[in-house]
Amino acid sequence: MRNIWIICRKELRSYFVSPIAYLLLAMFAIVFGFFFWNAVGYFSYMGVEAQMRGEMFPLNINEQVIRPLVSNVSVIGLFLIPMITMRLFAEEKRSGTIELLVTSPVRDIEIILGKWLAAVLLYAAILLLTALNFVWLFKYGNPDWKPLAVAYLGLLLQAGMLLAIGTFISTLTRNQIIAGAATFGVCLLLWVLEWVSGFESATWARAMAYLSVLTHFESFGKGLLSLKDAVFYVSAIFFGLFLTARSLESLRWRS
Amino acid sequence: MIAVQELTKRYARNTAVDHISFSVERGQIVGFLGPNGAGKTTTMRMLTCFLPPTSGSATVGGFDVLENPLEVKRRVGYLPETPPLYPEMRTAEYLGFVGKLKGLRGAELANRVNFVLDRCAVSDVKEKVLGKLSKGYRQRVGLAQAIIHNPDVLILDEPTAGLDPKQINETRDLIKSLAGDHTIILSTHILPEVEHTCQQVIIINKGKLVATDSVNNLQRRAGAGAVTIVIAPRNGTLDAVAAKNRLELVPGVTRVVAKGSRENRLAYEVEAHNDWAIRGDLARAVVESGWDLSEMRTAAVSLEEIFLQLTGSEQQTAAAAKTHQPETVAAAAEAEEHGS
Repeated sequence: MRNIWIICRKELRSYFVSPIAYLLLAMFAIVFGFFFWNAVGYFSYMGVEAQMRGEMFPLNINEQVIRPLVSNVSVIGLFLIPMITMRLFAEEKRSGTIELLVTSPVRDIEIILGKWLAAVLLYAAILLLTALNFVWLFKYGNPDWKPLAVAYLGLLLQAGMLLAIGTFISTLTRNQIIAGAATFGVCLLLWVLEWVSGFESATWARAMAYLSVLTHFESFGKGLLSLKDAVFYVSAIFFGLFLTARSLESLRWRS
Repeated sequence: MIAVQELTKRYARNTAVDHISFSVERGQIVGFLGPNGAGKTTTMRMLTCFLPPTSGSATVGGFDVLENPLEVKRRVGYLPETPPLYPEMRTAEYLGFVGKLKGLRGAELANRVNFVLDRCAVSDVKEKVLGKLSKGYRQRVGLAQAIIHNPDVLILDEPTAGLDPKQINETRDLIKSLAGDHTIILSTHILPEVEHTCQQVIIINKGKLVATDSVNNLQRRAGAGAVTIVIAPRNGTLDAVAAKNRLELVPGVTRVVAKGSRENRLAYEVEAHNDWAIRGDLARAVVESGWDLSEMRTAAVSLEEIFLQLTGSEQQTAAAAKTHQPETVAAAAEAEEHGS
């Protein structure tokens, strides 16, 4: 347990000592800020429009602002996640520091969990930025906080899964660019797999759609806590970290 | 402290380490010698639990590398060929991180960090970023990292590679001074390094153990009974061929090899079964022929030659074995004096 924390702290420090963390935070803040401005702007425009026509427009901040914003966040996450995980093992392999970690009295799984946890915490820090925007909705509006909290949980779980996959891919190469590109490809594929359900309903198509991260985010996005989907994410995290452990082990048999 | 039995590492296409056995006593410095690609790094990686052996066993402090890797790792400090430094960390911070990784906590950790900073002479860069350190400092921080948890065994992979001569000397002295507290295995392909720092040598070539012996014994084994003499003419010049012929006539001499000339002096290497027995005759022969004997010394055989003999072709190995004579202990002892 302590070892996990030691490694996690080291990873977090190297994120924040180098420009990586700040770059990701800034990028996210700008892009999300734009989305937020857009969503809120459109919402108030619709409100004014409705009033002018004298209609009762069913205004709901949760449905019309928060929900689309949350799914936007998970799309931006798709781009950020490869940048977070690509260096985790690839860099250690390239610089040879992996030898230090692996020859220290630390278990492989502690190394992996430490690194993954650092990636999750960095992602959580990025998510925290959205709170700066949402605070205004609570100040001037009256949204329900519970669906938002559930959506955040969903975002974290989804990121946890993709970060675990990214961590695994990072063990496969010494080249960060390759790790990043491959992670992006896999994340994107896991994203769009769901589309198959639009035209095909055979078992294989449903299995494909089931693997998609989008399928499982749907109810979280609506603010519904779905145990089934949470189980999917958690088992995907376990699977990703398991693959990472196997890969780290095989490094030694192969190198 | 370290026991290696029939250790083997096979990859898909080649065998990197082939049934190597040796053992190292507590407190010794052992040189692991071999040409590039001989399997030195692979062997060290197996001892540090970085690579699992294909077959055979290795134990460190009584713990098997496969069965008790965590216990082995606690007892081993390892400096890989390139020091495992995180370029964005500062020296003291890095040593603190490694210390924690090795299980040190609290006051003990702080003490050890200060101790190794001092011990490896890196205190003056303790707040510097590792990525900006010079090669010599990086190597010393690497050493500091290896000894932070005061391990019983130190495994150093080419600790002086890429350093300038001054840094090499400093690093060697540092390693020697560590010997009291730790058992050290260091690998190198630079022979003088072994002569200077190690007590015992393990020579491997193409994954196979070629020799394991003390440095003295190895020198003794190969450096059998040769005397270097330098002669000068009393006046006029000296006929090289005549001089060589005269030297060959000395009883007991088996071979005379001309070693060149300088400022009208000629140097020869004279081989005999027992070089001490021929010295008197040799000197007399020179003087009686009307020449001056300006120098006579035991031809020092460097590890370099032994190494080439051992790792070279079979023919050379056979030649080396032939020159091995039991009565040359004294000669070897003198050779050692010359060497040091």
